[in-house]
Amino acid sequence: MSLESLIILLYVLVLASYLGFELISKVPPTLHTPLMSGSNAISGITIVGAILACNELGYGTVSKWLGMLALILATINVVGGYAVTDRMLKMFKKKK
Amino acid sequence: MNIAIQFAYLIASVLFIIGIKKMNKTKEARTGNQLSALGMLVAILATVVQVQSISLVEILICVVIGSAIGLYISVKVEMTQMPEMVALFNGFGGLASLAVASSDYWLKTQELGQHVGPIIGTSAALSIFIGGLTFTGSIIAFLKLNGKISGKPIMFKGQHLVNLLLLIGAVVAAVVALMNQADSIYIIALVAIALVLGILVVIPIGGADMPVVISLLNSYSGMAACTTGFVLNNNVLIVSGALVGASGIILTQIMCKAMNRSLMNVLLGGFGQTAS
Repeated sequence: MSLESLIILLYVLVLASYLGFELISKVPPTLHTPLMSGSNAISGITIVGAILACNELGYGTVSKWLGMLALILATINVVGGYAVTDRMLKMFKKKK
Repeated sequence: MNIAIQFAYLIASVLFIIGIKKMNKTKEARTGNQLSALGMLVAILATVVQVQSISLVEILICVVIGSAIGLYISVKVEMTQMPEMVALFNGFGGLASLAVASSDYWLKTQELGQHVGPIIGTSAALSIFIGGLTFTGSIIAFLKLNGKISGKPIMFKGQHLVNLLLLIGAVVAAVVALMNQADSIYIIALVAIALVLGILVVIPIGGADMPVVISLLNSYSGMAACTTGFVLNNNVLIVSGALVGASGIILTQIMCKAMNRSLMNVLLGGFGQTAS
């Protein structure tokens, strides 16, 4: 990786982090758990990396198996995370 | 990389941002979550079109297995068990980041015999360390809430010293690994230290404080995804990881305040029982 692209990626990192700080302002306590669960599902974005890791080489290599393990785990995180969050938030609406 | 794919990643990032924003309000929260799920779908599709067609089969198999497990857990779980489920999923996410980073590192240094530069090397080491710590930490949090292990703080003499030594050990292992990339033992040592440290950091914390810890670990798994983005030179991983990392820290602080505790207090551990 060149230094120029590192600088651009660092810009992205700094701005996105700042945005993350700003996005959470006055969350009502009832939304703490759903928000945690929902953002946990977003951190499953590592699934993108897992798919790319699965794309490498043939079978029988450690990297391929690690990629496939990562893909299964990340999919559980993404699918389970969003489904559970949606279930929680659905309950909310009924109560109101 | 293709411009259309980059554009799809941009759309995904925007959907995540709007999604998190909407989840601040009770009325819009569900829509927010759905928007963020849509963003994830866009990101996944944009990635799948990049892979070689031969790899599609195993990718599909892994996705089907993961989806089935994820859906099964999410349907079966009781509403009262939500925090521990988040902890479990979060642990999987952390382990996934560790696996992606070490897969890429292993491919380059062990299988292709290349030498990775300091930027990618450092990012991979960070991703492995944070991901491993998140994994075992989350599993301990899950087991504590679940009652499989005692919710009481588990302390021993010199605990903080041991943690500090492990942290130093992790830094040393990472530095030595990057200097001797052909030798795989150091990177394996880094994985081992991260896994042990995750256990030791969470066991002294009481069950009542677990939601705060899970929120913090959630933030960590975001950071792990972010550092994985640096390894793979991938914007969407960096943006989403940073969003989760930063918003997770803020949410952790808000939760601490709601419980009348300071974050430092929670992390040093041992007080959780009195708070209940």
